[in-house]
Amino acid sequence: MNAGTAAAAGVISAGAVGYSLRQSRHQMQDRQIPLAGITAAFIFAAQMFNFPVAAGTTGHLLGGALAAVLLGPSMGAVVVTVVVVVQALVFADGGLTALGLNVLNLAIIPVYGGYGAFRVFRRFLPKSRPGVVVATGLAGGVSVVLAAMAFSIEWLFGATAPVPFDTVFTAMVGVHVFIGIGEGIISALAVGAVLASRPDLVYGAQDLSRAQLADRAPIRTRTFVIGGVLVALALAGVVSQAAFEAPDGLERVAVDTGIVDQAQDHALHSGVFAEYATTGIKNQTLSLAIAGFAGVTITLALGLGILFAVRDRGRKPRAPAPT
Amino acid sequence: MGAGHAHALYVHQHSPLHRLAPEVKLVVAFGFVFLIAVTPREAVWAFAAYAVIAIGLMVVARFPVRFVVARMAVVLPFVLFAFLIPFIASGEQLQVLGVSVSRQGLWGAWNILAKATLGVMISVLLAGTTEVPDMLRGLGRLHVPASLTAIAGFMVRYLEVIIDELARTRTAMAARGYDPRWLWQVRPIATSAGALFIRSYERGERVHAAMVSRGFSGVMPSLDEPKATSRQWAMAAGFLVLVGMIAALAWVRT
Amino acid sequence: MTPPAVQLDGIEYRYPDGREALRGVDLQIDHGERVALLGPNGAGKTTLALHLNGILSGGSGTVRIGDTVVTEDTLREIRRRVGLVFQDTDDQLFMPTVREDVAFGPANLGLTGDALTSRTREALESVEAADLADRAPHHLSGGERRRAALATVLAMEPDVLVLDEPSGALDPAGRREVIRVLQSLPLTQLIITHDLPFALELCRRSVILDGGRVVADGATSDLLADAGLLRRHRLELPYAFDRAVLSSRPGTE
Repeated sequence: MNAGTAAAAGVISAGAVGYSLRQSRHQMQDRQIPLAGITAAFIFAAQMFNFPVAAGTTGHLLGGALAAVLLGPSMGAVVVTVVVVVQALVFADGGLTALGLNVLNLAIIPVYGGYGAFRVFRRFLPKSRPGVVVATGLAGGVSVVLAAMAFSIEWLFGATAPVPFDTVFTAMVGVHVFIGIGEGIISALAVGAVLASRPDLVYGAQDLSRAQLADRAPIRTRTFVIGGVLVALALAGVVSQAAFEAPDGLERVAVDTGIVDQAQDHALHSGVFAEYATTGIKNQTLSLAIAGFAGVTITLALGLGILFAVRDRGRKPRAPAPT
Repeated sequence: MGAGHAHALYVHQHSPLHRLAPEVKLVVAFGFVFLIAVTPREAVWAFAAYAVIAIGLMVVARFPVRFVVARMAVVLPFVLFAFLIPFIASGEQLQVLGVSVSRQGLWGAWNILAKATLGVMISVLLAGTTEVPDMLRGLGRLHVPASLTAIAGFMVRYLEVIIDELARTRTAMAARGYDPRWLWQVRPIATSAGALFIRSYERGERVHAAMVSRGFSGVMPSLDEPKATSRQWAMAAGFLVLVGMIAALAWVRT
Repeated sequence: MTPPAVQLDGIEYRYPDGREALRGVDLQIDHGERVALLGPNGAGKTTLALHLNGILSGGSGTVRIGDTVVTEDTLREIRRRVGLVFQDTDDQLFMPTVREDVAFGPANLGLTGDALTSRTREALESVEAADLADRAPHHLSGGERRRAALATVLAMEPDVLVLDEPSGALDPAGRREVIRVLQSLPLTQLIITHDLPFALELCRRSVILDGGRVVADGATSDLLADAGLLRRHRLELPYAFDRAVLSSRPGTE
């Protein structure tokens, strides 16, 4: 990624983290520091977990949606941000210029976007323990895909190699749909385990009464799987549809707001858009269209996440566990 | 990212770099990496110069060679990605060894490779010469919010504790014959993750009680520690100017 | 007449889930006394200890430390006066280095600069842990951690020390270190322990708590000599412990 994109992402991330920090302080009061710190250690450790995917290959958890459902979006964002930052600075894992991008893609977007998705799914699912569990699972999958989309859009602006946007997008999002399945399942099962013994620790289930928590009417596994597949297909289908529907408008917007011009300035120095121009109008249009759709999706999810985060500001901190 | 190692990179040595104040090191590291990032890729000589500087710093920091080589392995994913690019990129094609690759793609691959490698070297220099508490103090002096650095401090403090608990759980599960290979066998891992979360949270509450017992009211007390001297800042500025000149020269020449 | 160091009157407490933890506990400890708090698991010992510095409250009864009643307004002062050493040292040593942990308490009290440095150093020296100052807590041995945790509390210069299982998970040498250090401190001490010989060696007086109530309060040697009493409350002297030694000693120290 070029320096400009990295810097911009850094600014956005800094702002988002600052906001999350203030919100979570409001939520947790003086328990913020020890609880955020130790749960950050938990997330770090959880990310090191190898879980099997197939025939011995393993995957790793990102944990953004899980953190959001367990701790609430602002705490979750702070926690995962700390994990990412410490990994970069102390463990030299993640790069320094990319820090802003990494915080944005691995912390902010999966947490807030995942939380927004979680709330949306909860609306359609029964108000019960299985309802929360399934919503978490779906949110987990969505959070990973959103991160992939975000990366692709960033690539559009800051690519340092002339790989066309739609290739990057398809590859990233495609792969992450599969990764999302693992993430979703593990997040769901983990939240289920926490709900079973300490439901009061699950931020996303705070609205459930004792009776509702006890309601274990299972959502049939088949329904869940079918639902998940439908969501994935819908995502893929709508993307290609939207691509053909709004190309001109998006292009005009891009030129008007100067995005395209700036991109071309960058291009003079890195030669990327020079390539774009030669690959044909249709490709460019498609690319911008997909970018537009992905951008809208991310913004929507983020917006919902933040909206719900703000509305939940009044939550009281929980009583300490008896020792 | 995310699947990283838990072994902090700090190298126990006594060198000028180790003694340098952490906030200075952070500024220099970020500055250096930024200047590298804006250097046009065609100026290959500039990257060579950067590499020489970075290696020179490693020598000053007395890094053992094996350590450096081991840590550089982090670059591998980038290498693979960079390797792929010329084949999937668009644009003017060249013929190399009978295979058609993109010219811009080759430059793009070089760009990523050079900048990523140098980036890792600088990251390793930073992490290897700075102990975690100092790193966090340095961040605080650079106006990173105190609560954030405090949270990071707690995270690092309890990381090993939680990883040990995790390892014990995995050992216990393995001792009962659990050897998962497929995704649908993942349930015990996920539920143990949930249990670990609960234990971690409860520990957080106990630590909070301990903090409150010693007078904590929500804001970490400031424990005064030595600050960076103006001499150190001057050296840092000089260094960055030097690197900046290389970058500027590269710009002008391309 | 000076008020006792610790005075508990009619302490009752219920957990958030409704279980009764303490059902009316009365306890008085004089200045400089070392008292052991014994009892089976679940008796409410830790819960009681957490009342002494106001971490738990909300049931009925009063807690008085010296001349001050523990209320929401007096919490700050109470926490300076009562030092609580937790069972799990990992919960108490939460800073990156021991030095910072020891400095945490006094810094919260407002000390800075040289005053802070000397207070930190004194606390570390009083537990023979000056050499541990720059170490990270998770690299210390059990005994070292206990002493470091003790130092963090001593740095507040408390009047009363409350220790929860100070000899837990320690090897014999570590345990001996802790005994030596506690014997050297002239503070009022309330020591929760399962380690009966430990209680005998350190505390002239013991209190047995069971089911949230005080069921015995007297000289440690007398309590430990009463086998029936011990058995009723799930306590037991170690194998091959010499009862003869016990009955011939009027008390300890």
